[in-house]
Amino acid sequence: MATENGELTSAGYIQHHLKNLTVCHTEQGWQWSGADNNYVCDGNFTAFHVDSIGWSIFLGVFFLWLFRRIAKKVEIEKPGKLQSFVEMIVEFVDKSVKDTFHGKSPVIAPLSLTIFVWIFLMNLMDLIPVDLLPWAFHAGGVDYMKVVPSTDPNITFGLSLSVFVLIIFYSIKIKGAGGFFKELAFQPFGPWMMPFNLILEGIGLLAKPVSLALRLFGNLYAGELIFMLIALLFTAGIGGAVGGVLAHIVWAIFHILVIVLQAFIFMMLTIVYLSMAHEDH
Amino acid sequence: MNINLTLVVQMVAFAIFVAFCMKYVWPPLLGAIIERQKKIAEGLAAAEKGEHDLVLAKESAVNTLKEAKAESAKLVEQAKKRHSEIVESAKDDAREEAEKILKGARAEIEQEVNRAKEQLRAQLAGLAVAGAEKILERNIDAAQQNDIVEKLVTEL
Repeated sequence: MATENGELTSAGYIQHHLKNLTVCHTEQGWQWSGADNNYVCDGNFTAFHVDSIGWSIFLGVFFLWLFRRIAKKVEIEKPGKLQSFVEMIVEFVDKSVKDTFHGKSPVIAPLSLTIFVWIFLMNLMDLIPVDLLPWAFHAGGVDYMKVVPSTDPNITFGLSLSVFVLIIFYSIKIKGAGGFFKELAFQPFGPWMMPFNLILEGIGLLAKPVSLALRLFGNLYAGELIFMLIALLFTAGIGGAVGGVLAHIVWAIFHILVIVLQAFIFMMLTIVYLSMAHEDH
Repeated sequence: MNINLTLVVQMVAFAIFVAFCMKYVWPPLLGAIIERQKKIAEGLAAAEKGEHDLVLAKESAVNTLKEAKAESAKLVEQAKKRHSEIVESAKDDAREEAEKILKGARAEIEQEVNRAKEQLRAQLAGLAVAGAEKILERNIDAAQQNDIVEKLVTEL
């Protein structure tokens, strides 16, 4: 726990919870970031958020391992419960893709499935009691641990920039470099307004990955923060503890909706953006 | 908000995960779903076809039954007709036979009568000759008077 002058304060508690377990390259070589070196990694681009990327990869591997296990021994005549569940997700994603995207692409459906399940799992980490894993890791000697990868903008921007790369790639592949440029330069007004069009469409294009990443990050970050604030209520006497429990239950139930919804929105918008990239105007 | 290499690692991980999903996860799962859908559709089609066949079979059974009934009715009709024909012809035969027998009997009777008449005539001739002999009290040469006797006999 974060202590400032040996004393646990609310601000300190929250600030500590918002710190990633970070390692970075400095003049003294690779260093762990911490209070003792005044968070040396802040603002350093060579830094890695070991917790975010660790949980993120762990959850991604878990997703692929689970689905691959089902896919390998897939039963057509009498599917098991887990297989039915997995197939339900696959069918749901497939339907979402087919409803929106009318081209033919072998990438978009698996991409959507990966996005949906992976983001859902990352968001799901938010429902684990906010202090449980940090406390366990603290007991193991690790001081900082942010367990919800989607509260880290690096993770959400990593996803949305990948989608952005795909948008650019498919736009150029389908329409050609010239066609893509025309779409940016000659709309919505005629060619005589090209600079204005470029600014307008350029912003529209850049807004896609930024809004994707910030929406997911904002929702989950805020959710996490509210869990922390609720956790702080427990320190405010018996009334605070009772209120805290109630607030925690209510917020957690509401959050079940949020985590699924955010995963779905991210997937849906990815499909929409990619189908827009495939359409010739 | 520190943007750093975490983002790059996340992008690489994302690309690898999507590639893996595309190659090893998505195709078998969706393939299984599509195959199952096909099987269900086939099963339903087969069931429908079976039902249809059943209706057809029932229809043909009814038709066959109807035909068989008609056939049997026809046979019974024919048999009745044949029966009455046979009875008729038997009656005719019997009548003919009876007539034939009657005719035969009549002919026989006639013959018998003729024969009896013949005998009677012969006896009568003998008696006439004997009577004449008596009357003449002498023997008539049978050979000499045979023509008279013959004449007498034919007159009788």
